[in-house]
Amino acid sequence: MRAFPTLIRLHPGVIKLMLFLPLLMVMGSCTDQPWNSPYPPEQAGENILYSSFAERPNHLDPAQSYSSNEVVFTGQIYEPPLQYHFLKRPYQLEPLAAAQMPQAYYLDAEGKRLAGDSPVESIAISVYDIEIKPGVRYQPHPALARNEQGEYLYHDLQESDLKDINELRDFSATGSRELVAADYVYQIKRLAHPRLNSPILGLMSEYIVGLEDYADTLAKAHARQQQSQSADEPVYLNLADYPLAGVEVLDRYRYRVKIQGKYPQFVYWLAMPFFAPVPWEAERFYTQPGMKERNISLDWYPLGTGPYMLTVNNPNRQMILERNPNFHGEQFPLEGQPGDREAGKLTDAGRELPLIDKVIYSLEKESIPTWNKFLQGYYDVSGVSSDSFDQAIQIGGGGDVSLTPELRAKGIQLNTTVSTSISYMGFNMLDPVIGGDSERARLLRRAISIAVDYEEYISIFANGRGIPAQGPLPPEIFGHREGREGVNPYVYDWTGRGAERRPLEEARRLLAEAGYPDGRDVETGKPLALFFDTTGGGPDDSARLNWLRKQFSKLNIQLQIRATDYNRFQDKMRKGTAQIFQWGWNADYPDPENFLFLLYGNNSKAKDNGENASNYVNAEYDRLFERMKNMDNGSERQRVIDDMVEILRRDAPWVFGFHPKQFVLFHAWYHNAEANLMANNTLKYRRIDPQLRQELRTRWNQPVVWPLGLVALVLVMAVLPAVIGYRRHERQRALEARR
Amino acid sequence: MFAYIIRRALYALPILIGVNLITFALFFVVNTPDDMARMHLGMKRVTPEAVEKWKVEHGYDMPLLYNAAADGTAKVTDTIFFDKSVRLFVFDFGTSDSGRDIGQDISQRMWPSLAIALPVFVIGLMVYISFAMLLAFFRGSYLDLSGVILCVILMSISGLFYIIGGQYLFSKVFHLVPVSGYEPGWLAWRFVLLPIAIGVFAGIGASSRWYRTIFLEEINRDYVRTARAKGLPETRLLFRHVLKNAMVPILTGVVVVLPTLFMGNLILESFFGIPGLGSYTIDAIQNQDFAIVRAMVFLGSVLYILGLLLTDVSYTLVDPRIRLS
Repeated sequence: MRAFPTLIRLHPGVIKLMLFLPLLMVMGSCTDQPWNSPYPPEQAGENILYSSFAERPNHLDPAQSYSSNEVVFTGQIYEPPLQYHFLKRPYQLEPLAAAQMPQAYYLDAEGKRLAGDSPVESIAISVYDIEIKPGVRYQPHPALARNEQGEYLYHDLQESDLKDINELRDFSATGSRELVAADYVYQIKRLAHPRLNSPILGLMSEYIVGLEDYADTLAKAHARQQQSQSADEPVYLNLADYPLAGVEVLDRYRYRVKIQGKYPQFVYWLAMPFFAPVPWEAERFYTQPGMKERNISLDWYPLGTGPYMLTVNNPNRQMILERNPNFHGEQFPLEGQPGDREAGKLTDAGRELPLIDKVIYSLEKESIPTWNKFLQGYYDVSGVSSDSFDQAIQIGGGGDVSLTPELRAKGIQLNTTVSTSISYMGFNMLDPVIGGDSERARLLRRAISIAVDYEEYISIFANGRGIPAQGPLPPEIFGHREGREGVNPYVYDWTGRGAERRPLEEARRLLAEAGYPDGRDVETGKPLALFFDTTGGGPDDSARLNWLRKQFSKLNIQLQIRATDYNRFQDKMRKGTAQIFQWGWNADYPDPENFLFLLYGNNSKAKDNGENASNYVNAEYDRLFERMKNMDNGSERQRVIDDMVEILRRDAPWVFGFHPKQFVLFHAWYHNAEANLMANNTLKYRRIDPQLRQELRTRWNQPVVWPLGLVALVLVMAVLPAVIGYRRHERQRALEARR
Repeated sequence: MFAYIIRRALYALPILIGVNLITFALFFVVNTPDDMARMHLGMKRVTPEAVEKWKVEHGYDMPLLYNAAADGTAKVTDTIFFDKSVRLFVFDFGTSDSGRDIGQDISQRMWPSLAIALPVFVIGLMVYISFAMLLAFFRGSYLDLSGVILCVILMSISGLFYIIGGQYLFSKVFHLVPVSGYEPGWLAWRFVLLPIAIGVFAGIGASSRWYRTIFLEEINRDYVRTARAKGLPETRLLFRHVLKNAMVPILTGVVVVLPTLFMGNLILESFFGIPGLGSYTIDAIQNQDFAIVRAMVFLGSVLYILGLLLTDVSYTLVDPRIRLS
């Protein structure tokens, strides 16, 4: 090794560069904002809610959007006729754009009006006459902009008119008009538009009179028009020229929807954006040549009457909702459930909505930065990911859940709600071993139901966020029973401590009765091997799959994992070739029909492409389902549901799994955080205290500058030996060096 | 040189067709048009009719590669492959399967990607070369040994660690910069500072070792000894002569990545919320959006070929002995 040679003289540019970083920091500190604030200083103290999203919404067109990450936006922008009451439980519908709740009346096959309590078989058509409130206006939008002569400014655009247009806000003029009943009719017709592929067209075609034929009519008209013009030119169909038999405008504020037979659940659909109004002008505006090339479409820039309008849609960075200046006005509910007033949930009763001016959603693909920003006060609300669970939540000996002291010290609060969904393990009833109506298969399924310990699953894989399911109906859904009478007696015993899973011996006994003593087929003597079909199978899933294997091995059943990619798994499910699988369902609406239909025979996935993934068929269950779905909530309906649930528990087509619990954290400045799992338009009720937020953000995020000096010092210390060595080397004489 | 460039451009055509064919085959081995339709239509309440309609509307109702039912050239042209590929060669990327104009999306998202990638590239190059030169200068000394050990340590640590650690220290603990986010224009500096610093720092280990090896090879040549014997200062010797003569291997690795810089950095952009192109292709694969996948793979191939061509041209600039013919 040689000794260090020489020294370098620091170039002035290098010194400037070293000073540049602290300089930038100082520049950043010239405002009151903390240095690490991701928001512009002018937003400090503003009535703005900050939230995040992980995945961009695919659709914002109300005819197409269905996913929860889409209705977060469409729910605030569009106003269907009905909505769910913010506070009342069980969930209750109330008028939103409608003047009052629509009451269906019934017609027989001859078109004669029937009494309200007529038997279902006599009802040919249900008629809903819906009246909307007058004076409701659309948000400002270029599609509605008119000149002084009343002509639309942007309905006949040429390519030259669009040369400076890249986004919707590049149109200089906007306009508005009053909401009319025809806009609701127009949107129902759009559900059948061949370009839109609405996910509920198939379902609604079964109910809305003439909708199936209407879809064919529009498809033909669309094809005809496409042939008569260039392939790249978008097709505009004026839906007013194509009447739909089951939907008509009665007058300016009233429209009628005719439903085949009786379908009481239809009112729940009237609370979803699918049935929100769309003005014909929007379709005309967006289907002009050149719009698609600029990504200007209704799917990207919605047009509604709701409390908010989407002013920025850049789902790769930010989506911004701002208060709609034309909003018709609505008040915070004056009443809730008993005890709500005392709990402070009605503090804002009677106040004009919305309570927040602007909502900024930022894209956050990773959970760690999202969590850190929530802790710093830059997001107002947060979920709890598994990465941050231990940092946020502590679970007591009795299973009670509370916040960690660190979060409590920050004033953060926790809301927990059991979601209206179910995660279950399904058996394919078409399978010759595990499926079918034989007593042998039934006993085998019941034995497995006892052996698979979902309490343990919830504890290990869901951090305790869930409750074991006793049947298909989650809490808050009519028909769900609590306590002793809600327990699945085939899997649990009721004890003084509540429901307790039956002992493993019971499962082994059932297995032996089924002809598999000690996990061996009594006829062949071979060990019983079952197959679990799943997606993934990577390292992340291995713990879960190993746990599952262990559950089956308690009964000496060999569980073999058949892991495939998502597409192959879906294909197996559609063809009915999977054997055991895990599946879930999230409620569309708070009616037991929306869960019990998952096991209705005519809804089989393999045979009817329905949502009955287990392909379960039971004639008695199907008969009861057909009766139950048309009944009003009451003791009679409860009795029918009890009978249905009993059939399911006995037949065990599912291991009922669990109902996940939703954990939501929010800061002290965030108010009206009540969870409403059915409503998708709850943003208007939320309130924040921007002053408190600003104060706490500033306190929590004081910059710590000394590390900058330390970094500089470390750099100098690192460079110093080199500098000294270099200088020594440069000053050395050749002869001296040789000596 | 012009003839050479034309010839290379013509060579690129069969390569691009091949790349397109492989992308097409790989994509459709995993995803069928039915799967794609179901993914786009959502999982709830999707009917077979809706799936068929989606396929017709998006041109996925044709055979994949060969249409036996058609006549003449239509056997090849009335296929998904031909229909989806041919327009790429005039850089018409068309619309994504979700209906967005791909060209427009790329033009919007490339700038944030460049805001990170370009500074990381330029600053990184300066830092790595300077550090490598320093190590080469002190070759055989304890300083060199310490530097090499440091490089090995740095390159052994996952890039993700630098990102999470950097965010934890500089944003969460010291509150100096935002954890993540982005603002367009000059306001972006606060958001790109940390990712750039991390991007540069994460590359020090591997790059500096590579450049050190190149410089060590060069520094032992006769002309360097001669120059030193003539009394040339060491800095001048290193930066004027050694660096210039080591340019060919450096350019081989550097110029080729220049055109692909705007394609972004997936992990940095994801963690720092930079709205760039880094995740565009990955998101498209997850969403089974073949239109975006084929467009991005095609674009990547074109840019890579362009990078290789630029590399060849750059050789002639740094080494007069090289002639393109």
